[in-house]
Amino acid sequence: MSPRLDRRAAVAIGLMALLAILPLVATWLDQGFYVGQLRRVLIFAIAAVSLDIILGYGGMVSLGHAAFVGAGAYVVALLHWHADRGIEVLGILPGTMQSLATIPAAMLVAALLALAIGAISLRTSGLYFIMITLAFAQLVYFLFVSLRFEDAGRSYGGDDGLRYPADVTVLGLVDTTNDLGFYFVVWTVLALVLLGAQRLVRSRFGVVLQGIRDNERRMRAIGFPTNRYRLVAFVLSGAIAGLAGALLALHESYVSPSLMHWTRSGDLVVMVVLGGMGTLFGPVIGATLFLLLEKFLPDFTEHWMIVFGPLLVLAVLFARRGLIGLFDKRGEEARDGGH
Amino acid sequence: MKRRHFVAGTGLAAAASATVLPARAQASGLRIGLLTTLSGPSAGLGRDTVDGFNLGIKHAGGRLGGLATEVISADDQLKPDVGKATAERMVQRDRVDIMTGVVFSNVMLAISDTVLKDRRGVFYLSSNAGPSELAGRDCNPNFFSVSWQNDNTHEAMGEHMTKAGIKRAYLLAPNYPAGKDALTGFKRFFKGEVVAEVYTQIGQTDYAAELAALRAARPDATYFFYPGGMGIAFVRQYTAAGLAQQVPVFGPSFSLDQTILPAIGDAALGLYASTFWSEKLENPANAKFVADFEATHNRIPSPYAAQAYDTAQLIDAALKQAGGIGDKAKFRNALRAANFSSVRGPFRFNSNHFPIQNYYLTQIQKDARGRLVNELRGVIFSSHSDAYAGQCRMKP
Amino acid sequence: MRGSPGATRARGTGRPAPRRDQTMSFLLLVEQALNGLQLGVTLFLIAAGLTLVLGIMNLVNLAHGSLYMLGAFFAASFARLTGSFALAVLLSIAASALVGLLVELVVLRHLYRRDHLDQVLGTFGLILFFNELTKIAWGPMALFVDVPPALSGRVELIPGAPYPVYRLVVLAAGLAVAAGLWWLITRTRLGMLIRAGASNREMVGALGIDIDRLYTAVFALGAALAAFAGAMAGPLYVVEIGMGDAILIKVFVVIVIGGIGSIRGAFVAALLVGMVDTFGRILPSLAGLPSALAEMAVYVLMATVLFFRPTGLFAARG
Repeated sequence: MSPRLDRRAAVAIGLMALLAILPLVATWLDQGFYVGQLRRVLIFAIAAVSLDIILGYGGMVSLGHAAFVGAGAYVVALLHWHADRGIEVLGILPGTMQSLATIPAAMLVAALLALAIGAISLRTSGLYFIMITLAFAQLVYFLFVSLRFEDAGRSYGGDDGLRYPADVTVLGLVDTTNDLGFYFVVWTVLALVLLGAQRLVRSRFGVVLQGIRDNERRMRAIGFPTNRYRLVAFVLSGAIAGLAGALLALHESYVSPSLMHWTRSGDLVVMVVLGGMGTLFGPVIGATLFLLLEKFLPDFTEHWMIVFGPLLVLAVLFARRGLIGLFDKRGEEARDGGH
Repeated sequence: MKRRHFVAGTGLAAAASATVLPARAQASGLRIGLLTTLSGPSAGLGRDTVDGFNLGIKHAGGRLGGLATEVISADDQLKPDVGKATAERMVQRDRVDIMTGVVFSNVMLAISDTVLKDRRGVFYLSSNAGPSELAGRDCNPNFFSVSWQNDNTHEAMGEHMTKAGIKRAYLLAPNYPAGKDALTGFKRFFKGEVVAEVYTQIGQTDYAAELAALRAARPDATYFFYPGGMGIAFVRQYTAAGLAQQVPVFGPSFSLDQTILPAIGDAALGLYASTFWSEKLENPANAKFVADFEATHNRIPSPYAAQAYDTAQLIDAALKQAGGIGDKAKFRNALRAANFSSVRGPFRFNSNHFPIQNYYLTQIQKDARGRLVNELRGVIFSSHSDAYAGQCRMKP
Repeated sequence: MRGSPGATRARGTGRPAPRRDQTMSFLLLVEQALNGLQLGVTLFLIAAGLTLVLGIMNLVNLAHGSLYMLGAFFAASFARLTGSFALAVLLSIAASALVGLLVELVVLRHLYRRDHLDQVLGTFGLILFFNELTKIAWGPMALFVDVPPALSGRVELIPGAPYPVYRLVVLAAGLAVAAGLWWLITRTRLGMLIRAGASNREMVGALGIDIDRLYTAVFALGAALAAFAGAMAGPLYVVEIGMGDAILIKVFVVIVIGGIGSIRGAFVAALLVGMVDTFGRILPSLAGLPSALAEMAVYVLMATVLFFRPTGLFAARG
């Protein structure tokens, strides 16, 4: 491993350790509110890492990633809601709150959605790809806005979102009502996702994917079915995003279509790029900082956006390698997912 | 370790540690979370809520129940998810004792679990939203509606329009819980034919398509529920489309109150509305409230201000009766007793913590100063309660 | 549902089908067609600038919607100040174009050479900035602008279907601008440069044209068009923060369907989208389906077009 990668691994381990200690401190100080907030950071970090796979390593600028997060969240939410009421979904499928069933179901649905969207979108490239992923995200958004259901005075749907009980036992071990316990479940999932993603990008598949990102024509000339590689990456990425969505649903006990709005996809892209595209851990840093800023800057001034907006512009113009680039030696040329 | 790394690392750690900011010092007073809509086309409703509530505190001597009162207000942007996140912060981090202020029922439902199921026992006194869920099956001992139940005002107009001989009505409302409650309530009392029941996107501001369809349907009358900015846009476009002459339009007070009238202007003259309160209601509490509100803010208060004012006054009275907020059960019983002078006259709570009150018919007229006001035209319902109390299984 | 006989239950929406036979009467058709055209024309005004900037400068400008929003806000304020709507529109165009030029000089110029991702992020940041700036300058509450009294009447184009004069004015103005734009593009030197730049940027530079000035001119034109659309839209809808973002998506759909860089494509696509959107909005309620499905229609249209013509209907570039 090059020294730079060693350094980055140190940062990663350091931050993960910090993220493991902070909730314990918060609980000890009777500030349980922050455990929930940090948990949310972890969940979005998972989503951001999943986006990095296709954005940083695959070179696919998708402005529709939030659709997969939202789809995963809604699957869990719907299953819980229907289980609570004792009604079948669409009249056939019984609801359930068993995470062993709901989480894989969420990932499956998200993956299928990614397959459908990817199959069509990947026929285009460049700007058209960006636009079509954006359009699909809006399509999914409006689909969920029009999703309504009524039963004896209780209804869910549309803009109002969906409330449901999320007190479940995850994997038969931990209860989501146990704030701290569930926190560490999510932490573990993030760690596993990071390790898994690292193996993926270093594998043959990952190397080919990056090759396609750098020069598609060459890869195709060599004989690789480039679209198929891209599609697989897209689907995998979507599945992990669905996992994040499922965890979000368990965390919030409330979902609404706004999860899937294109501006949320924009937020995810910001997290990945600001943190450091194509580094896997950069997105975690990006998610952490983005969400913390979003939560706590308003305390200082209600007009915090007027600072955040230009900050983003400046970051794009001058700090292209992202925050994780701060940890590199000066002069090291980044041969990352970025430039 | 290079300095750059150190600085960066420290900065990151500091930022992360900033999450463990201590909550604000817990005063031995009263902390109230006021979450309402302060931006967008319906921001006027939130503004009236804040102003009415603050006036209520002022009239209580600046201290509700004699306690040092701190009000934390925030904007829900009419977004349920934003509201939920803010409510979480207010309840869990800022540790408010009472929450109030939410105007829109979709936000109300999104935050209800967060507020009402908190382990500390937080009260929610609604200064506006009154969804049917919380009046019936989901009723909660910590939830009180100081306004009404969503269906009520529309039930009153359904009753009136039936009595007025309207045979075929065209209904419109936004697609969210209160919109559905509204038309459900209307239909409960309207005995004529419902030509169409149209639900539009909440926050929608262009009604050209819907108005064209309305014209083609040729109803006898239109009944619409569009609060805030939606109402302004709808009535303006209704008039611009020439429909005001062809099809008379009726609405609940929310569609024709002081948050909307100034922006519509004379197009509203002569229109009828149903309401639980009007600025023209004559009783001592209301006289004082309206006079002081006009003097302070240079505009006539809307029902949102009146409700928020009553909420503050109710809190004051209940705290005085219970001797503070420490004993939740005592405070709850004091709330139930509702020993305060409401600006709407007779007021008491039903078993599901929703009001039993009168509903009036008003007509938009000009007052002595040429401003548009809701003149009283009669009583539609006396001591009216909501239709969901029977479903509430709250222990008394 | 709640005891209304004859109700259709499409996915539990509880909305009964209209009792009266609400077939598409001719009057309804005409009125909706006019509404659709008016929406289409508004979309075109915004899309024209955006597609030019995209086609010639290869710049994805998400903040274009902010210019539309600023146009509306400026017009509202100037109308209140001067009392004249026409003057307010002109002043608002000038003010917004000025803001646009500033933004171009300070920020966008640096983004021309960057890839689309950078442009998306950078202009996303601009959206956030402008939304907040507008909130600070004009307050968080929305503004309601009155239709100028002279234009507030109705006209019966077809007996029995009165249509607001103002909407006709917006429609006519939009068409006039479209015609003007067509004349500019096809009959003037500037237009020739624009067309050349849209199909081959390098060549235009190689021929000795000052690219920077061309870019600035194109951007200013686009900004003025968007501001004009915003100023005219104020009395129709509501002037609120974020109104640009809401319409931006539809505008991007228009551009993608029409083909990037093509004004003609933008025009055709804008009218198409305007019609689909308007008719889409009433059809579901006629059939008892949720109105949100109407919103999907536009995206389904886009996906379909891209499936058969991945570069849009009238792509300017080969």
